[in-house]
Amino acid sequence: MRVAVIQTPGSNCDQDAYFSLRDYLGADAEYVWHRETSLEGFDAVVLPGGFTYGDYLRGGAIAAQSPVLFEVKRFAHEGKPVIGICNGFQILTESGILPGALVRNENRRFLCKKVFIKRVNATSFWTEGVPEVMAVPIAHNEGRYIADEVTLNQLEAEDRIAFVYCDQDGNVTPAANPNGASRNIAGILNAGGNVLGMMPHPERVVSELIGGSDGRRLLARLAVPTW
Amino acid sequence: MPESDVGRYRVFVTLKPGLLDSAGRAVGESLKTLGFGDVQQVRIGKLIELELADGSKAEVEEMCKKLLANPVIEEYTVEEQQ
Repeated sequence: MRVAVIQTPGSNCDQDAYFSLRDYLGADAEYVWHRETSLEGFDAVVLPGGFTYGDYLRGGAIAAQSPVLFEVKRFAHEGKPVIGICNGFQILTESGILPGALVRNENRRFLCKKVFIKRVNATSFWTEGVPEVMAVPIAHNEGRYIADEVTLNQLEAEDRIAFVYCDQDGNVTPAANPNGASRNIAGILNAGGNVLGMMPHPERVVSELIGGSDGRRLLARLAVPTW
Repeated sequence: MPESDVGRYRVFVTLKPGLLDSAGRAVGESLKTLGFGDVQQVRIGKLIELELADGSKAEVEEMCKKLLANPVIEEYTVEEQQ
């Protein structure tokens, strides 16, 4: 599987994603500049975290209009795997590939710490087989997921909530919600289950050497040999 | 093109009513600290000024829908400047 790691001015987790995939998981990852108009030959897309275009206007708003995003939309529509992490999640909501929006944290602080998330959907391309509770870092100022009640109910009914914030024992409580996200949501899926947007950073926990390996199983989905 | 032909527009983008504006809340608390005890609510938005060579208000509204505002969380108004 050939994986495109999209680079946009202001991406800053692109190298984490690239090295996690390539060096730790053995995936066939390549950088793709946001000006590219074709993802021909690629099988999956990673939209990494960062502050694309300095978060001007809104986080991910300008990157969502990048030429390569038209291709990412095609990918999403065709059922190919797409993951947006942190700012990448914001790009997915800004481009309309995923519903809802990510707004400023309730407590007005930039949050940079390890949190626990619980798998909700257990059958999608991305979530099947991942640990039920994972310790994964967050690093965001605008990570509070919100959507109207109709959308939230639809996400629940269609089993499209990928991850929710929880405590270390897997209890989903208001106290375990770091940013005030609706229904503790940390990540959601599209209707096909092939597009995942999440605020926590699985690419930062792929080795015990760097503090954890709970993100390995999730990203290892992309390490399918190309041959 | 004479300057008088340039269309000037002001776009005001605000968070939808009811949506928590944490920055506005912080500013409100700061105003209260300064003694402005009658502050009930502060909401912070954006002002975007545009100059168009050959535009219309309808075009600016199209810009709002496509990029300048996010309809999930924001509202906008467009003012044409004289």
